[in-house]
Amino acid sequence: MTALWPRIEPLLDRVEKPARYIGMERGAQVPIHRPDAVSWLLVYPDTYEVGLPNQGLQILYEILNERHDAAAERGYAPWTDLEALMRSRSVPFFSLDTHKPAGEFDVIAFGLAAELVYTNVLNCLDLSGVPVRAEARRDEDPIVVAGGHATFNPEPMADFIDAFVIGDGEEVVGDMTEVIGAWKRSGRVGGREAVLHDLSLIMGVYVPSMYEVEYDGMAIREVRPRYPDVPSTVDKRTIADLGEWPYPKNQLVPLIEVVHDRLNVEIFRGCTRGCRFCQAGMITRPVRERPLEQARTMVAEGLKRTGYDEVALTSLSSADFSGIGELVSGIIDGQEEACGNVGVSLPSLRVDAFTVGIASEIQRIRRTGLTFAPEAGSWRLRQVINKLITEEDLYAAVDGAFSQGWRRMKLYFLIGLPTEMDDDTLGIAELAKNVVEIGKRYTKAASCTASVGGFVPKPHTPFQWFGQNSSEELQRKVGMLRDATRKGGVKLSWHDPKATMVEGINSRGDRRIGKVIERVWRSGGVFQEWSEHFKVDRWIEAMAAEGLDIDWYTTRHRTGEEIQPWDHITAGLHKDFLWQDWQSALAEHGLPDCRWTPCYDCGVCTDYAIEHVVASPFAPAGGSQGTGQDLSIGGAVPVRFLSKPGVGVAR
Amino acid sequence: MRGEGAFPVRLRFAERGKVRFISHRDAARAFDRAFRIEALPLALSEGFSPRPKVSFGLALSVGHESIAEYMDVRFSEPVDLEALPARLTAALPEGIEVTGVALLADRAPALQESVTAVEWELEVAKIDESEVSAEEISLRIEALFETKSLPVNRIRKGREDIVDIRPALTRMSVIESGSVGIVLTAEIATQPAARPSEVVTVLGEDLRAVRVLRTAQWIERDGNRQEPLIADAARVSEARAS
Ligand code: SF4
Repeated sequence: MTALWPRIEPLLDRVEKPARYIGMERGAQVPIHRPDAVSWLLVYPDTYEVGLPNQGLQILYEILNERHDAAAERGYAPWTDLEALMRSRSVPFFSLDTHKPAGEFDVIAFGLAAELVYTNVLNCLDLSGVPVRAEARRDEDPIVVAGGHATFNPEPMADFIDAFVIGDGEEVVGDMTEVIGAWKRSGRVGGREAVLHDLSLIMGVYVPSMYEVEYDGMAIREVRPRYPDVPSTVDKRTIADLGEWPYPKNQLVPLIEVVHDRLNVEIFRGCTRGCRFCQAGMITRPVRERPLEQARTMVAEGLKRTGYDEVALTSLSSADFSGIGELVSGIIDGQEEACGNVGVSLPSLRVDAFTVGIASEIQRIRRTGLTFAPEAGSWRLRQVINKLITEEDLYAAVDGAFSQGWRRMKLYFLIGLPTEMDDDTLGIAELAKNVVEIGKRYTKAASCTASVGGFVPKPHTPFQWFGQNSSEELQRKVGMLRDATRKGGVKLSWHDPKATMVEGINSRGDRRIGKVIERVWRSGGVFQEWSEHFKVDRWIEAMAAEGLDIDWYTTRHRTGEEIQPWDHITAGLHKDFLWQDWQSALAEHGLPDCRWTPCYDCGVCTDYAIEHVVASPFAPAGGSQGTGQDLSIGGAVPVRFLSKPGVGVAR
Repeated sequence: MRGEGAFPVRLRFAERGKVRFISHRDAARAFDRAFRIEALPLALSEGFSPRPKVSFGLALSVGHESIAEYMDVRFSEPVDLEALPARLTAALPEGIEVTGVALLADRAPALQESVTAVEWELEVAKIDESEVSAEEISLRIEALFETKSLPVNRIRKGREDIVDIRPALTRMSVIESGSVGIVLTAEIATQPAARPSEVVTVLGEDLRAVRVLRTAQWIERDGNRQEPLIADAARVSEARAS
């Protein structure tokens, strides 16, 4: 093994934030690479500060290193300053833990959380000395793997990735280690084709080179497996019981500040609120809660081990956890044992009184900002997207929050949703202004930020057929909102509509988009999610050079008959369920949450013989959000907490 | 804060190896976590958001090593001073090592204002990688001390200033030939101050620092010179050599 540290060290005096590249975090491992074991380099293709907190990567890092037949290290994309120095001195991309060249690993696995990191994947491979196109790789080159939510449409990256993991990675990485290990020990008999073929037989693994895509003009005619034993549809992998996977056990504690710099404990996975725009909710069904006792232990031990003074209880809607009240009050009651104050944060809060109740318990000291996500400006449109928050609910929650000392509200919205009219868009300004009005009753300092993002339709959601708004149309709506919020104390922030367009190209793109990604990367387009590096012209030019029409990929409404590029990948959701739900959306009909009402057979549980793991049979009390059910039965969840002094601050 | 049962302690620590690339602020956060990991009884400030009573001495620049960093921390009750260095070192990042602790005397002045001089060990080499001899560096040092003023450009808060660092230089000499260049020691005052990089610049624009190590900090009071651990101590406990 070659350690690159002596060649990296002299470069670090000349780069921004050199500690990005040193490793040594509490919880980091120094694995021993044995020749008969499979070595994995787990890469988050963005900066260290963005990538380090990624829980998926940390979970797999631990699971792999616990195996006797595997060893795993981590890598993050070097910032452009270090990259330039590395290229000028032929220093390859390296692992953080032992500074080993990436090209010496058996597997390089990328976590793809979103589309704009795609070009960074190519850059990391190229910096490793590995051919960026899968077809050019030789037997001794690493197997290039990708996982994460974005891989539910793997096609835009199909040219570059040998094998995609679809769904939960916990079990799959073990299966893959066995296949790759056996191949390696056999002396790589059968070559790359043999090991890729074997990988494609694992449930949850998609090997794009095992499939041929046939086109009919722009349309896809057929996606055909190249071998009879290769599945024609690739099912996602799902772990049935989160309680069996109490990871990460040793969350990494970075030496420099990173995003989400705190202890993170995942309290459940999956969400069946059924918001129709939300890919994360659709592809992670069903709901699997972590046992309360285990969550408690992970929080207590994690705080003790890391020295963090803040814990985030993570999930797609944390207030929905059956034991949320007990868990939060337990952490607050445990303060005496902990050193000083511990802050608790609950990402993705529901908009209701119950949520404000919890928030007021955990943010007792400094009540500055609270964030809610109504997502759309009118009740009509919220029915279309199945985010059933009434105006009364929002105002009651906001009133409760202001009356208890909060001063700043942040509201998240999407623009460009299906059936959206200007009245719906302007409703955003109206809601935000009313929020400020309510706040002014309590404090002069009341303010409200409305954050708007352009909607990108995602695969495996009921909106996968919808033609997204053009960037011009989104820009017009932003302009309209700016005019409407000039007075009234509302601050408006928005996501760049041009970036939304590029996300759209990749989100529902097919294999032909691979050449576009490669062109953008070759023209210098890396770190595309960073506004200082993003230039839309690179994408427009690359699409034109490949003879591809941006509108065809983004703003075109798709028909029910056409084969979508990801139709041979399934998250278990029946296509007719998605189509039916799309029709319900257009008819402005809501759909209840199947956690607490009868199953409507979306396909996930029935097809995979799994089910919800939820401790409480009742919907949470205190608000209407999400279901349209009679929530008055929801009294089983405690909404009051004991008062305890000395509670810390949560964000 | 002089609260009942308050137990003020000064720590001396080293920061060597890869960890030198973290910032002063990062080091402060690492200590913050180490105190929590060891569940040490930190005294907290009063008010809306109670903060631990911790104060750091002079900042150490990113990339510089040190065997003489200091910080003051106030505990709410007595802690075992003998055991403290090892406990903290175990909870801190690799490369940061607590090498001594002292119970502070009542009313000890703030660390940052007290330190009057800093000693550095610098390894310098030619930028163009050509050979440089110990004799040549010695001659250059002699020449420096014969000048009356040594102006350098300093960028402060985005504004460029010309500062004379001659008054800050009190002592400099060559120690030995190092693995890459020449190792020298420099003693620099804090009022006015000079940065190690500025010292290298005035020694020659053709030189660069290969390695910068802070070896000592001094507090001079009434003609007496002491290291900060001793200067304001009621009781001192040194870590066993490791
Ligand atoms: S199969 Fe039924 S219970 Fe399971 S997620 Fe779908 S609708 Fe809900």
